[in-house]
Amino acid sequence: MSGFPILSTMVLLPLLAAVVAVFLNDKAARWLALGTTLVLFAMGIALWLGYQMNGAQWQFVEKAPVFGAFSWALGIDGIALMLIVLSVFLMPICILASWDAIEKRVPEYMAAFLLMESLMIGVFSAQDLLLFYIFFEAGLIPMYLIIGIWGGVDRIYASYKFFLYTLAGSVLMLIAMLWMVNQAGTTDIPTLMNTDFPVEAQHWLWLAFFASFAVKMPMWPVHTWLPDAHVQAPTAGSVILAGVLLKMGGYGFVRFSLPMFPQASADLVWIVFGLSMVAVVYTSLVALVQSDMKKLIAYSSVAHMAFVTIGLFTFNRQGIEGALVVMLAHGLVAAALFLCVGIIYDRLHTREIDRYGGLANNMPYYALFFMLFTMASVGLPGLANFVGEFLALVGAYKANSWVAAVATTGIILGAAYMLLLYRRVAFGESRNADAAAMPDLNVREWLTLAPIALATIWMGVYPESFMAPMRKDVGVLLARIEKAAPAGDAQLTAGKPQIKKDAHGGHPAEAAKGAHH
Amino acid sequence: MSFMSSFVLTLPEVILSAGAIALMMVAAFAGDKAEGLCRWVAIALLAAAGMASFHHAGEAFDGLYRADDFSLYAKLLIYVAAAVSLMLSPRFFSHEDRPRAEYPVLILLATVGMGMMVSAVDLLTLYVGIELNSLSAYVLASFIRKDERAAEAGLKYFVLGALASGILLYGMSLLYGFSGTTHYAGLAKAMADGVNTGELFGLVFVMAGLAFKISAVPFHMWTPDVYEGAPTPVTTFFASAPKVAGMAMLARMTTVALGPAAAQWQQILIFMALASVILGAVGAMGQTNIKRLLAYSSINNVGFALVGLASGTPDGVSATMTYMAVYVVMTLGSFACVLHMRDADGHYVEDIASLSGLSRNNKALAAGFAILMFSLAGIPPLLGFWPKLLVFFAATKAGLFPLAVIAALGSVVGAYYYLKIIKTMYFDEPAPAYAPAQSYVEAGVVAVSAVLLVGGYLLIPVLSAASAAAAGALF
Repeated sequence: MSGFPILSTMVLLPLLAAVVAVFLNDKAARWLALGTTLVLFAMGIALWLGYQMNGAQWQFVEKAPVFGAFSWALGIDGIALMLIVLSVFLMPICILASWDAIEKRVPEYMAAFLLMESLMIGVFSAQDLLLFYIFFEAGLIPMYLIIGIWGGVDRIYASYKFFLYTLAGSVLMLIAMLWMVNQAGTTDIPTLMNTDFPVEAQHWLWLAFFASFAVKMPMWPVHTWLPDAHVQAPTAGSVILAGVLLKMGGYGFVRFSLPMFPQASADLVWIVFGLSMVAVVYTSLVALVQSDMKKLIAYSSVAHMAFVTIGLFTFNRQGIEGALVVMLAHGLVAAALFLCVGIIYDRLHTREIDRYGGLANNMPYYALFFMLFTMASVGLPGLANFVGEFLALVGAYKANSWVAAVATTGIILGAAYMLLLYRRVAFGESRNADAAAMPDLNVREWLTLAPIALATIWMGVYPESFMAPMRKDVGVLLARIEKAAPAGDAQLTAGKPQIKKDAHGGHPAEAAKGAHH
Repeated sequence: MSFMSSFVLTLPEVILSAGAIALMMVAAFAGDKAEGLCRWVAIALLAAAGMASFHHAGEAFDGLYRADDFSLYAKLLIYVAAAVSLMLSPRFFSHEDRPRAEYPVLILLATVGMGMMVSAVDLLTLYVGIELNSLSAYVLASFIRKDERAAEAGLKYFVLGALASGILLYGMSLLYGFSGTTHYAGLAKAMADGVNTGELFGLVFVMAGLAFKISAVPFHMWTPDVYEGAPTPVTTFFASAPKVAGMAMLARMTTVALGPAAAQWQQILIFMALASVILGAVGAMGQTNIKRLLAYSSINNVGFALVGLASGTPDGVSATMTYMAVYVVMTLGSFACVLHMRDADGHYVEDIASLSGLSRNNKALAAGFAILMFSLAGIPPLLGFWPKLLVFFAATKAGLFPLAVIAALGSVVGAYYYLKIIKTMYFDEPAPAYAPAQSYVEAGVVAVSAVLLVGGYLLIPVLSAASAAAAGALF
């Protein structure tokens, strides 16, 4: 590995650009933001190419003890790599999506997004517990401002709710972190991941971390901030929220809860499964009756995230890999769906489903993209979500068949609400004259949707590209949690076929083989 | 130890009190037109006293006064806070009344008192220091004589302060009566074989008296009224320097004098810490006056600082001292922002509503204020988060989980009203713009504090080393 501190550069470059952006005019700020995010995207690709799949667990490691009590320690494994790639992929799209939609206070807006990007990369690459917490929490500030300044009518309520909910979850995690630092005598995450904390303490620590990640994820019943935040946030804000911020919860489970507290994870798995099962069914039903498009997609996000939590806590390879793929796939598809809503919102300034209808007539390309992402969200084979959801369900079946059964209903309900949404928006007669007069996608909108569409198909057709970098790390995680893994209720055991001596006097083994026919 | 070397040890106080007396003469004969001179000389004296504090080597005047790393740390903070409050004062007074030459003198005398408070290792020195500080403070609170609010603030402060002094003195007399000494080390020795009822009563009364000085709940009632009524530069001073002095004297008193009674005072401190955190947070929510809000904010912050002290460990004291350092930066910055709040005619306003849409009228000020508010709320990556983390860490290490958890949740409640100010500045429609700033001093203080809060993490190694050395001097 070269000595170039690429992760530090990726964290600090957008920070610097954010500071510069504040002093620019609208146009220059837009271009600066786009340029910076594209450079970061290129660096993200370089990171992906430079990542050695069979190399060390932690790569691109940097460490500088500049803060005394803790250090500026960065480094990534395959899981973090893929999430960073997802973040830097979505960022330029966000900037493009806000190109014309944001008219007031553009420099500050761009600065907030650049700051957000810096912090997201920081969260996924931090190797120091306190540094992680700082990045994790600091993300509240730009998001609070994005929702509060550029959001919809009820933006102030939504911004408070977002901020205080997430903060309340996090402070408990902070206390747990401090206890761990005191106990283990280090803030180094890789070391802590291999530290065996006393089982009694693990439960408390796990619950404290759970409080934070469950809010971030979000899991039922602490998901209520999400629909509000999504509905009120500007389009690009929703994209980042759904695309990346929700993944921080899942990332937290993979990075902290599972490897650091394997025993507690196994003992308390019923909490995760229980809440996830409720979430899958309940939020899907709630999504069915929404009249606001963004709210519908927000509730569907909660349901999809429940697949992630189920998959992560199955304690087997299929489940965990599936959950990770769902995270990536949902990052793409939910982001794209919010973009689709944003595109028609920019034209008609309403998110009411009933104000649209028959868009396939006057916006054929838009309808095409919207169809693609709807199908992906439903879990159509060949598109991104299918791979992850299938694997997660296979894993879930191995762990607990009831959970798998309930979770599968989510797929059916998901198809129901997404197809219903699509039908009401895109098909049928054009009910409203103004909606019928809307022009199709322009070049800028093509540029936002097409890359995500390609990535969705790529992930659906050849998921190996995305799963390969994470395989080794899932293996490491499994090795760590194996001994605590609870026994599944659906363990398939080899049958004991009757060994019959048949007339030909053949070998018993052959007879057994014959029994399968 | 010779008399002369005692004077050398107390040089900071000697410089300040001699300077204050000399300046009083200047003020008496040259009148108010010498205000500028007095102010700058006072700032120079504070700088000199700060320099002199670095010479420290033990006890002076037969164990009445102690100069060590701890007092050095506290004194530097106090002097900086006093100097900055002095720098912020003249424009306010020339607008509301007229600058008076006695003002710097009173600040200096209060600062001498605070120096004595942090260096006191004897109940008598402590009491003299507290009274010197308090008497100056009563006058400062009602410094604008024609302003009814200021007069009310001064009176209220005086009556309640006198009551608190009485309680404190009563506690001291009990301690003296039951242990036979007023010296800290002697007290600790007397309590080493158990705390008897008389000493316990003394301890409780002393704690109550000291809690008044740092405005910890339940002895906080004076704070919002006095902060609101006193002239803003005076409030700036009240919210910064005396809080440091109070916290420092409490730290020295609890660890050195009452060390053996830790189990007793820990309960009191835990209660005061949690009550301050929660009441400070809840009380601030309904406020419409920025100075009242900052008063509750200071109660809230004192609560967090007490969390460190309540752990009763060197880590805890060190965390508390770090907290106070960061708190001083945040307080001075916030009040410098408040001093920017002048309506179109140039009158000072204190209404939070007048901040509406500030981010569009004055981007830089709004950004500075927002940084300060996020920092006070303890949101990383701003420096205000760091001392909160340290006090929680100290409490966790000491095994006081409920304390840490409740205080941490209290910080979420507290975050609400800081967010409210940011919301007012950034989300609301613009109110009429403020009058342009009169001087670069206020803007400079805001800028410096904002930069410190954003980039302060790089200073952590220095800050931690200094705080650890300070705390080490007590144990």
